[in-house]
Amino acid sequence: MADKLENIKSGNMGRGNLSFRIFKDRLFKIFVFVISGLATIPLLLILFYIAKMGIASINWEFFINLPRPPGEVGGGIANALVGTLILILTSSLIAIPPAIALGVFMSENKTKSFSKWIGSGVEILQGIPSIVIGIIAYVWVVRPMGGFSALSGSVALAIMMIPFIAKSTEETLKMIPLHLKEASMALGVPYYKTILKVVMPAGLSGIVTGVIIAIARVAGETAPLLFTAFGNHFMSYSIFKPMNSLPLLIFNYAGSPYDEWHSLAWGASFVLVVMVLLLNIISKILSKRWKVKF
Amino acid sequence: MESKILKIKDFNAYYDDAQVLKDINLSILKNNVTAIMGPSGCGKTTLIRAINRMHDFTPNARMEGEILLNNEDLYQMEPIIVRRKIGMVFQRPNPFPTMSIFDNVIAGYKLNGIKLSKEDRNNIVEDSLRKSAMWDEVKDNLHKKGSFLSGGQQQRLCIARALAMKPEILLLDEPTSALDPKATAHIEELISELKDYVTMILVTHNIAQAARISNYTVFLYLGELVEYDKTNKMMTTPKDKRTEEYLTGKFG
Repeated sequence: MADKLENIKSGNMGRGNLSFRIFKDRLFKIFVFVISGLATIPLLLILFYIAKMGIASINWEFFINLPRPPGEVGGGIANALVGTLILILTSSLIAIPPAIALGVFMSENKTKSFSKWIGSGVEILQGIPSIVIGIIAYVWVVRPMGGFSALSGSVALAIMMIPFIAKSTEETLKMIPLHLKEASMALGVPYYKTILKVVMPAGLSGIVTGVIIAIARVAGETAPLLFTAFGNHFMSYSIFKPMNSLPLLIFNYAGSPYDEWHSLAWGASFVLVVMVLLLNIISKILSKRWKVKF
Repeated sequence: MESKILKIKDFNAYYDDAQVLKDINLSILKNNVTAIMGPSGCGKTTLIRAINRMHDFTPNARMEGEILLNNEDLYQMEPIIVRRKIGMVFQRPNPFPTMSIFDNVIAGYKLNGIKLSKEDRNNIVEDSLRKSAMWDEVKDNLHKKGSFLSGGQQQRLCIARALAMKPEILLLDEPTSALDPKATAHIEELISELKDYVTMILVTHNIAQAARISNYTVFLYLGELVEYDKTNKMMTTPKDKRTEEYLTGKFG
């Protein structure tokens, strides 16, 4: 027994001596480093390639002009930019209130079986392919309204946002310690005010981050818009008319046989990637800055 | 003759089928510190939380019997009103992290939507912070968030927050169990001073603490009220054998 202890102290630990173990340790660290480096290469390549192809078309005209007919040089993506903005705004208005309410309900009623059913429902909704959601929006909104519209596209995007925001709200609120809620209740604050004025402000950073990431996700969605917002070669500000968006423009123009339209599609891709990247960075900054310490 | 502010009559508490409090009968005297002590699991936290109806949020908890505040049954009153009259300080300091020190003290009014003039607000905050012995420490930082405060200061802030509502009774659920000895001494001193303003009920597993700051002591064991007497009497000449064994460290 005493011998064994001596061995351990001097670095002799049964199989393999200490220096070999340290070597293995280092090898493993290098392995992890190299593999993670390899995994980021595709990402960097994509960013580099899109920037290379897209940046040539980017100038002020590109943002304020409409696309030109094939054969004419120049033209821009103003209608798609405005369309993406309107679609995101409308879908956010539709999705955020019920999604946050759902998240609050699920975190507040963890043990109720009804809330567990809703939880699985939300997860299933999250897994439905976006093209299917597009078809559903077509059946629910486009057909009754008698035509393609930005509104129907927003409904499709909103259906995609709801499970995401609801989940992130639920996860955020679950992390808020019970003693905070008790502090408020013990002051005679009614339950609904405790949720609205104590629990939700404490989770604000998480909720807002979830919303921004949900927006970043749907900003690039094409499939749900194909039979809903449909696309539009002209500027449109009406949510009851067909509307263009960046991914729709990319989809339509990249598949066309015209070089001018291809370069528009590359430029739009670049703008879209930068937009999504910025949204992600903003959400990171906000979640750090508004973080509440308990 | 001191007046009885709170009367607990034939009180039983259950979690699902397990009975945790058995026929508790107890009268709390005004402007005193009453300590509830006993080993872990004896029901002391259950009892104190029953007094301001914090069990309303525990779905499997069931209460029977009466608790009368000034002869009015708490369980017939609106729970919101009960909690405004009976304040509570918890084991772990729990100031609101999103609010400044000032807003934390005034939180009971603010969150309930009770409008106050600026002067009233300032007076309540200063008065509460003076009573909780931290006015001098924070008067220059009132509008900063409370996150830089030490644990003991945070707990005193929570006491100030409860006092701001001018409660008739203040419940203290092991208020020093998360604090270091120095902060504990400070809080104990504070509790002794606050007797003039408010009746306090203190849950503690620390016999020495009960002896230092309480006037009356309740000894709970396995959900039963074993003994209730003046603190110095119980600490020196306990009537029940179980109390004696607990005090001498035979169990608990």
